[in-house]
Amino acid sequence: MRVPDPCVGPGFTPGRGGRGAIRAVPAAPILAAAVVLGLLVAGREARALDQPAGEKPDTCVACHQAVGGPMAKPLEDRKADVHATKGVSCADCHGGDPSRMDMDSMKVKGFVGRPSRRDVPRLCARCHSDGARMRQTNPALRTDQFAQYQTSIHGKRLAGGDTKVAVCTDCHGVHSILPANHVQSRVHPVRVADTCGRCHGDAEYMKAYKIPTDQLALYRESVHGELLLKRQDLAAPTCSKCHGNHGAFPPEVTSIAGVCGQCHVINKDLFLESRHHTVFDRMKLPECVTCHSNHKIVRTSDDMVGVGEKGICIRCHAAGSPGYKAADQMGKMIAGLSAAVHKGEAKLAEAERAGMEVSDAKYEFQNARVALIKARNEVHVFAPDRLNKVVGPGIELAEKGFRAGQEALEELGYRKQWSLIPLAAILAVVVGLVLQIRRMEGGRG
Amino acid sequence: MWRALFDWVDSRLQIAPVLAFLRHKQVPVHRHFYWYYLGGITLFLFAIQVATGILLLLYYKPTAEAAFESVQYIITKVPFGWLVRSTHSWAANLMIFTAFLHLFSVFFLKSYRPPREMTWMSGMVLLFLAMGFGFSGYLLPWNELAFFATKVGTDITGAVPLVGGFMKTFLRGGEDVTGTTLTRFFGIHVAVLPMIFTSLLVAHLLMVQRQGMSTPFTSEGHTVPTPSREMPFFPNFFLREAVLWLGTLALLLYLSIFLPWELGVKVDPFASAPAGIRPEWFFTFMSQSLKYIPGTVLGMDGEVLGILGFGAGGAFLLLVPFLDWWAGKGRRHPFFTWAGIGIIAFMLTMITLAYVKPY
Repeated sequence: MRVPDPCVGPGFTPGRGGRGAIRAVPAAPILAAAVVLGLLVAGREARALDQPAGEKPDTCVACHQAVGGPMAKPLEDRKADVHATKGVSCADCHGGDPSRMDMDSMKVKGFVGRPSRRDVPRLCARCHSDGARMRQTNPALRTDQFAQYQTSIHGKRLAGGDTKVAVCTDCHGVHSILPANHVQSRVHPVRVADTCGRCHGDAEYMKAYKIPTDQLALYRESVHGELLLKRQDLAAPTCSKCHGNHGAFPPEVTSIAGVCGQCHVINKDLFLESRHHTVFDRMKLPECVTCHSNHKIVRTSDDMVGVGEKGICIRCHAAGSPGYKAADQMGKMIAGLSAAVHKGEAKLAEAERAGMEVSDAKYEFQNARVALIKARNEVHVFAPDRLNKVVGPGIELAEKGFRAGQEALEELGYRKQWSLIPLAAILAVVVGLVLQIRRMEGGRG
Repeated sequence: MWRALFDWVDSRLQIAPVLAFLRHKQVPVHRHFYWYYLGGITLFLFAIQVATGILLLLYYKPTAEAAFESVQYIITKVPFGWLVRSTHSWAANLMIFTAFLHLFSVFFLKSYRPPREMTWMSGMVLLFLAMGFGFSGYLLPWNELAFFATKVGTDITGAVPLVGGFMKTFLRGGEDVTGTTLTRFFGIHVAVLPMIFTSLLVAHLLMVQRQGMSTPFTSEGHTVPTPSREMPFFPNFFLREAVLWLGTLALLLYLSIFLPWELGVKVDPFASAPAGIRPEWFFTFMSQSLKYIPGTVLGMDGEVLGILGFGAGGAFLLLVPFLDWWAGKGRRHPFFTWAGIGIIAFMLTMITLAYVKPY
């Protein structure tokens, strides 16, 4: 006998987050649940939202537990759920009367049952957009998620009837929702890319949308991916840092510098001063992404500046053009400074390994390294004369460090050479003493 | 002119008998005679330490804020400061090395037997004081390795039963190793220890001069050493010793110039200890062996047991003239020979492990 699923509400539509076909519920467990319910104390009032869990009988829990199987899974998931720990009960989301001990507990007004995907955001927003309510449990949590969601690509498409897009439960989970700062949460920074990638990395699922599905794979190869996913450096960005989370949207072409500039402030400011800024915006080129890509942003190298094989400038600037010449100049300046810094570092290290005291010189040499970092940033203004104002002093500092190391090694060389004199003198005296001893004792038997 | 000067001094201080004694002093010659030089070499290295130490004192500043920088100044700005500092560091290590060689040569030659018990005991105390010099001096540059090694070393001192807590606080000048500890160690290194060491050294040398050089058993039996088995101390032995002293000086010069002693990194007391912390080599046989003792042994704290073990070892060596009753009778007892070999083997093994496989 097929018993209808009492938890299926009107308008239920199977979707990605709500995958799981309607299942036939066997009769025997239902009867067992009825027996269990019959053992509970009758006449308790329905529990209010703000009353802690466990003080009053909850027939949702009892019944689902008695039925077992997939029906009991939400109870298992709920053990670590942040809502459960804050005292939110099943009925607070799904409706119904958990104090009633029969199947009629689901027949009360307001019973939602299993919400449709289209209704999920609004359901969550009942609490999460209510500042007064959220102040009782987590005053620091924002309450504009739903408002932001409605501006997002996902929200707009959902409003237009597309239920394949992400809703709250797709990212946060259903019954096992953890705080975002919990390392096992699906929206913890280290796991956000995988969460977004569940849809955006699935070519089959995303076929209808005609957008790339290689973002996750590219991100994993990027410097940001390496820092966040391998080294667990939470300062590195993930999808939500650039695209937003609840208001997820690709950044506008003319606002990419602002997005990258959240972290790369100096580069952003320099870029906005440069000619490239106005030209890129006019040509609708995506600012930083034009040179650095978006998802597969690789670790930068000095080779990227200039007209060499790996130079990015030559993608746009033809040979002989003013841009080409400027790129060539800047590439050579950066390479020159980098070489000077490496040379100075190597010489100081050599002097230190040889046992000479060069800590003062090493301390001052840090300024040369800082100059190199500044020069690599200054590239983003794309003006050789401005770059030279940083590179010139940097090279001087690097050469000063090199000379200090050189002098230390020369000093060591002098010491070794000049030590031969006292050593020779000592040897001469020793020889003299030995001869004297032999002379004194030579006549004796 | 020299004669007139000598007569003037002699008439006031009566030094002629002393010089006569030195002129007639004889040194026994036998196949173990070369070990006699070790005491003199150790004395020479101590003299080097005093001379270089006085020179360093002219520039060194014993405070946490200035100690490291003052040593840095000495080795970078003061003319030949690098040489003086490097010589002082190398000579310290060589001195303790030759002191140990001298100790074991005297031990195996059984020169501690009567009537030279006090000479032996004063020598043992001198060795302990020399190690104290090494421990206190190690901290003075106020670099990272020295700071944390001192922390560990004073922690171990604190584990000594009954008096450990007091000793630890006394050495540190408080609960932790701070600038107060540095200043205190400086005072111990340049005033307290030199005063005690010099007094005891004079006593040690006077006893050696008074009693003459001990001869090993195989040469015993000759009530009056034959001329072929003796050498005048002055000038023969003295010239030979001078050769060795000059050789030691040459070695010191070579080490100071070709393998200069590094300064290291200034300490950050709030940083955690860097990997590879260990004390100077002459303490590593103790620190390394403590690592192998379990936390508790037969209900006793393992570290305390280890410290008591070292104490027992030191007491054994100090009192060996009284324990080795057979030596006084002209006989060798194998226990003491094997004990000496065992101590050397233990020390060498632990020192090697401390550098090759510390964990």
